[in-house]
Amino acid sequence: MFGAGGGTSSYREVGETDVVLLWGSNARETHPIFFHHVLRAIDRGARLYVIDPRKTPSTAWATRHLAPHVGTDIELAHAVAHVLIHEGLVDETFIRRATAGFEDFKASVERWTPEAAEAATSVPAALIREMARDFGRADRAMICWTLGITEHHDAVDNVLSLINLALLTGHVGKWGSGVNPLRGQNNVQGGGDAGALPHKLPGFQDVEDDEIRARYERAWGATIPPKKGWHLTDQLHAMERRELRALYCLGENPAQSEADAHRVRKLLRELDHLVVQDLFLTKTAELAHVVLPAAASLGESEGTVTNSERRVQRLRRAVPPPMGARDDIWIIAELSKRLGHDLGTTHAEAIWDEMRALSPMHRGMSYARLEALGGIQWPCPDETHPGTPFLHDRLWAEPRVGPPAPFHVVHPEPPVEALTPEYPLRLTTGRRLSDYNTGVQSGAFASPLRRALETIDLAPQDLVRFGVREGERVRVRSRRGAVEAPVRADPRLPAGLAFMTLHRPEQVDTNLLTIEATDPRAGTAEFKAAAICIERLDVPLQSEPGE
Amino acid sequence: MAAGSPTDPTGRLVTLRRKVQLTIDGATLSVSEGSTILDAAKSLGIDTPTLCFAQNLTPANACRVCVVELEGARTLVPSCARRVEPGMVVHTDSARVRDARRTVLELLASSVDMSATPKFAEWCERYGARPTRFGTPTPRPVVDDNALFVRDYAKCMLCYKCVEACGDDAQHTFAIAVAGRGAHATIATELDTPLPDSACVFCGNCVGVCPTGALQFRAEHELREADAWDESRQSQIDTICPYCGVGCSLTLHVQDERIVKVTSPVGSEVTHGHLCVKGRFGFEYLGKR
Repeated sequence: MFGAGGGTSSYREVGETDVVLLWGSNARETHPIFFHHVLRAIDRGARLYVIDPRKTPSTAWATRHLAPHVGTDIELAHAVAHVLIHEGLVDETFIRRATAGFEDFKASVERWTPEAAEAATSVPAALIREMARDFGRADRAMICWTLGITEHHDAVDNVLSLINLALLTGHVGKWGSGVNPLRGQNNVQGGGDAGALPHKLPGFQDVEDDEIRARYERAWGATIPPKKGWHLTDQLHAMERRELRALYCLGENPAQSEADAHRVRKLLRELDHLVVQDLFLTKTAELAHVVLPAAASLGESEGTVTNSERRVQRLRRAVPPPMGARDDIWIIAELSKRLGHDLGTTHAEAIWDEMRALSPMHRGMSYARLEALGGIQWPCPDETHPGTPFLHDRLWAEPRVGPPAPFHVVHPEPPVEALTPEYPLRLTTGRRLSDYNTGVQSGAFASPLRRALETIDLAPQDLVRFGVREGERVRVRSRRGAVEAPVRADPRLPAGLAFMTLHRPEQVDTNLLTIEATDPRAGTAEFKAAAICIERLDVPLQSEPGE
Repeated sequence: MAAGSPTDPTGRLVTLRRKVQLTIDGATLSVSEGSTILDAAKSLGIDTPTLCFAQNLTPANACRVCVVELEGARTLVPSCARRVEPGMVVHTDSARVRDARRTVLELLASSVDMSATPKFAEWCERYGARPTRFGTPTPRPVVDDNALFVRDYAKCMLCYKCVEACGDDAQHTFAIAVAGRGAHATIATELDTPLPDSACVFCGNCVGVCPTGALQFRAEHELREADAWDESRQSQIDTICPYCGVGCSLTLHVQDERIVKVTSPVGSEVTHGHLCVKGRFGFEYLGKR
């Protein structure tokens, strides 16, 4: 946000805030311990607004639940902005001092009255007003979001539309107020910190800046490509163009986790060389030319991870990995050696110290301090610095320090796949409490919460509409593929919306259905919005889509 | 629960705690306002037995094993819950205190199987308690209704920690409560259904706070049944959960190169010692390779 790639606030602040907008997130199930902090706030009298097309265990705790149609978040955010502006709930001093582009933004949301947004989103105008007023009047307020915001083809615009609300009200850069993406994986933040992004070097340093790159080249004694690389979606496109012919895939199972799986598997199969480094022989590993068995991050590896509040914490080894599995660092170092570059000392702390030397925001985080302080939140520029609970307090300095935080004019776009008479249902995907992604890890423990069969969940009205019974196996079809799944009636779903997970692809290979439409700036596919139809199995399949 | 934190005008945290002076066992000390007598005694290196107390729960005042003598007070006071006040004079090892603690231990042992309670035998020795003085507990069958943990209510002393952890001290699931009265009181789910049919979400936070081993993770239960549970051979290593991006601290309890239990440090700012079902139980994939 405003140049720093991480959430602005601490969990502790979430527990001490007054209003929480949980937008496109079912944190009660997907980030349960984060939700404990939200519950602390609720116990203190805070108001929680949950914005989610589905009723979920999170909405059960909400003061109000706003259920927009899938993919209408920008319309809703714009209407909140409209109310804030027209009811005098914006922080004019903050806007003048700390932001840029307010007038253009104001003009862009002018047509989005709550009534206009109600027509577009189905959220009652009165609820939009109520949420805007609570958010605008609060001393402290947070916006937190998850994949309901980012798994869309216009993910970045969705995020910007929420940040605009924080800028209007000054709900950023101070204790208890902020804008926070809840990260879906335990080190997605740390991977970014360490430069596992196509356009960044460790510490979010720009790879295309010659001066910065030269500093890293000196440290590493190697030449770094001067242009940004490809993120995962770009890589798939490059495979399609046959420009990318070899892939080294670490701890990722794209054959099952990526949208439009028929296409992804075909592209992986057509590679000249695929190396997979993983704990298990995943579906992706089955396609590989070489499989490198790796030690697990849990209990088998030393290192660090960074969480959603930018806290860097230590991973420690407790048990030996199984015979033949090697530490990731060892594997990478050996590969490097064989490719003609000796990385020298390679243990976790030495690598971390190298990272600290190169990344100013991590410089003060020695292993000893991480140990003593129970993790440290970046930025932490030196060894006397306590770490940073919340970002951007500079926006409150008078006069302003640094560049202003810009408003962004963004425009609503419907999901790429419109509903049609042939594909009349909206499919959205998500997680359940005791499962995780494609189930490679979570599938191994016997959760009493896991139902025997993975299902397609439909609103009871849709069972009637499509003439199917609860428990009946149906064919679920999109333009890309078809799967069979038993139907489960879920009264928490609105009519027209179907819900499936990716957790058990061996039962229901949901990603054969999902659409790979992607925001080119973020590279995340539109897992939240595909168009599908369901068919009874006694109706013959017209033509086999996909393969 | 942490109280609201004072901040300076830019929102940075500041600590504004007055000091309170009191005397414990003849030693005068100053501790921060809001501390308990237990905290103050701990800072003097005094080892106070506790059972129903947990740093991450609201004091339940149920077990009375931590009582101390406060001059001017008619009754002994629970040190885990009583906040320090200026000028307090406290005795933690007077004859009255020792007598009370001995009786509490003896009464507990007469109705509850305390065999899996850490340090219980040591306390009995320290206070001269005879565990069989008032009789022995009635055996009860172990409730084994799910894959992840068992409930051995012969070991339950009704300290309410599990109820609080499941309720508004942490998890807010409210799957369990005290059912029945008096000697028939017991911890139960709604309508006493098996856990998988209740509101339980299997976070195991009840197990995490249980002081007597009435709630036991399956691996621990099975090792204990086989007489193979051996804490002297266990190490505890802190690391971070491999699942979502919250970054919960896990303490892996390892015996013979095998993870036998997962807890979370109560001092963790992320977890306050509480976990979800994946963090608590989701480690088994390690052993399935």
